Amino acid sequence: MSTSGEPVQDIFRSNGHAPTEYRRVYVWELPVRAYHWINATALVALCITGYLIGHPFHLLYAPEAYQQYWFGWVRFIHFVSAWIYIMNFMARLYWGFVGNKYARLKTFLPLTRAQRHEIVEVIKADVLQTKMHGPISTGHNALAAFIYFITFIVFLLQMITGFALYSNMSTSSLPRLFMWAVPLLGGEFGVRFWHHIFLWFFVCFVIIHVYLAFYHDYIEGRATISSIVGGWKFERVKDVK
Amino acid sequence: MGQSIWQSMERKGYSRREFLQFCAAAATAAGMGQAGVAQVAAAFEKKEKPAVVWMHFQECTCCSESFIRASHPIVLDALLDVLSLNYTETLMAASGFQAEKSLNDTIQNNKGKYIVLVEGAVPTHDGGVYCMIGGKTAESILQTVAKDAAAIVAWGSCASNGCVQAAKPNPTGATPISKLVDKPVINVPGCPPIADVMMAVVTHLLVLGQVPALDSLNRPKEFYGRRVHDTCYRRPNYDAGLFVESWDDENARRGYCLYKMGCKGPVTYNACSVVKWNEGTSYPIQSGHGCIGCSEDGFWDNGPFYHHLPSFPGFGVESTADTIGTLVGVATLAGVAAHAVVTNVRKQKVIAEVHAEEQKES
Repeated sequence: MSTSGEPVQDIFRSNGHAPTEYRRVYVWELPVRAYHWINATALVALCITGYLIGHPFHLLYAPEAYQQYWFGWVRFIHFVSAWIYIMNFMARLYWGFVGNKYARLKTFLPLTRAQRHEIVEVIKADVLQTKMHGPISTGHNALAAFIYFITFIVFLLQMITGFALYSNMSTSSLPRLFMWAVPLLGGEFGVRFWHHIFLWFFVCFVIIHVYLAFYHDYIEGRATISSIVGGWKFERVKDVK
Repeated sequence: MGQSIWQSMERKGYSRREFLQFCAAAATAAGMGQAGVAQVAAAFEKKEKPAVVWMHFQECTCCSESFIRASHPIVLDALLDVLSLNYTETLMAASGFQAEKSLNDTIQNNKGKYIVLVEGAVPTHDGGVYCMIGGKTAESILQTVAKDAAAIVAWGSCASNGCVQAAKPNPTGATPISKLVDKPVINVPGCPPIADVMMAVVTHLLVLGQVPALDSLNRPKEFYGRRVHDTCYRRPNYDAGLFVESWDDENARRGYCLYKMGCKGPVTYNACSVVKWNEGTSYPIQSGHGCIGCSEDGFWDNGPFYHHLPSFPGFGVESTADTIGTLVGVATLAGVAAHAVVTNVRKQKVIAEVHAEEQKES
């Protein structure tokens, strides 16, 4: 289910020359898109509630504690989002084995020379704003894929520190698997410190990720943005191998 | 020596009623409840007075000061009476060679049966010269007493995790007891530990003759199983989002949660909010000050006391992970905005390039 090959006209040009043909490619399957948006929602919820847990402000005023529970709800949302985030990630790992070629786990690591070359090209295009030479990957470009791999690692660290903090007030067994992180990081002081540091990694990631997604759509015109809703991207017919 | 606890108490003039009262208190302190009283009484009628040596190394004696202020005087009196406290620098009458002899005799005559209570960390740098008693280093004394001990208890944060002596840069190489001896050590951290907790641990060893249930850091679960925060009477204010914003504000007078004032209750495992201090009078949070986490490993190095996050290394006292993170986040946003401006300036050129390329191709 990789391509549905009806060429569409490049409506950008209407100056009488023969149009460049683009082909519609079904890149992001439904599980990948679902993963992306569940992940995005949970991550934003985790960042906001996580920041609030670190820096609560006076949202609501009541003279006595029994009259409100908003901070409890903030923490509840944080914990529920964390569970959703983790289970969603597990589902994505599974899809990395059975999904189409754009979803495979090995695309996240720069294992081939071509991928490493593309990383350099994309850095040039993104940072130095030079023109891309040659075709860019239809799925994740090699740099984006590698950065997602780093986010997976940071996410694992965030899960370990989060569960380590959570384990002592939980009766569920999964968080208790990570209790070893507490003495390793020098007590809960250290665990909390690192859990906060990783929050800021994700904040910076979201800013750059959203921007670059728009940027690539903006200069390439291949539906980078809409592809994560509908799943289709476009590639020039001459680039299709 | 050789006497049972009951015989020793009887000789000191305690009545049978007082003995049973002590047994009840001891059973309660050991977590056995009323059903255990008969068991305790039976044990104390037969059990020999256990020999105890109380070592003092790098410390301030606040653990001893705490211990003698236990809430249940009858238990404390009886404990100090029933224990054969054969060596303790602070309380014993003997000094010099007499004291040394007492320590040696205790070890020789009670091999495998005596209890070692250690207060203070042991310095290991420079051959251990920073703490020497009777011409011997703290470490060599510790090895001698630990060798044939039935049980070793580390009193307080110094002996459990190093406390202030082990704070960076730790000039004397202060080391917790558990890292120096190859036997299990019961850690009773706190600066100092709560008197009643200390008493209960000793009672447990005495009454049941076994080590209480310990957590992964070898702390008695009974007292270190929950966070100060989880049992704090101000906890409902935390869940309601009612926080003290500055010392002596209206919220402080109302007794709201001290989380934003840097209270370390959420990361500190101790029984302060349950057992309390000074005969159950109060504990730091009840008195309006946040917990400083004195029973946690490295609490001196995770300051300041009035920020709930440790300061970020290398950026001065006031910068936490979140202030650094906010700066990095803002810098990222600024970078992205600058990039967007450049992209738009270039966009016309990009369009022209695309046109030119496609014309060439077609």
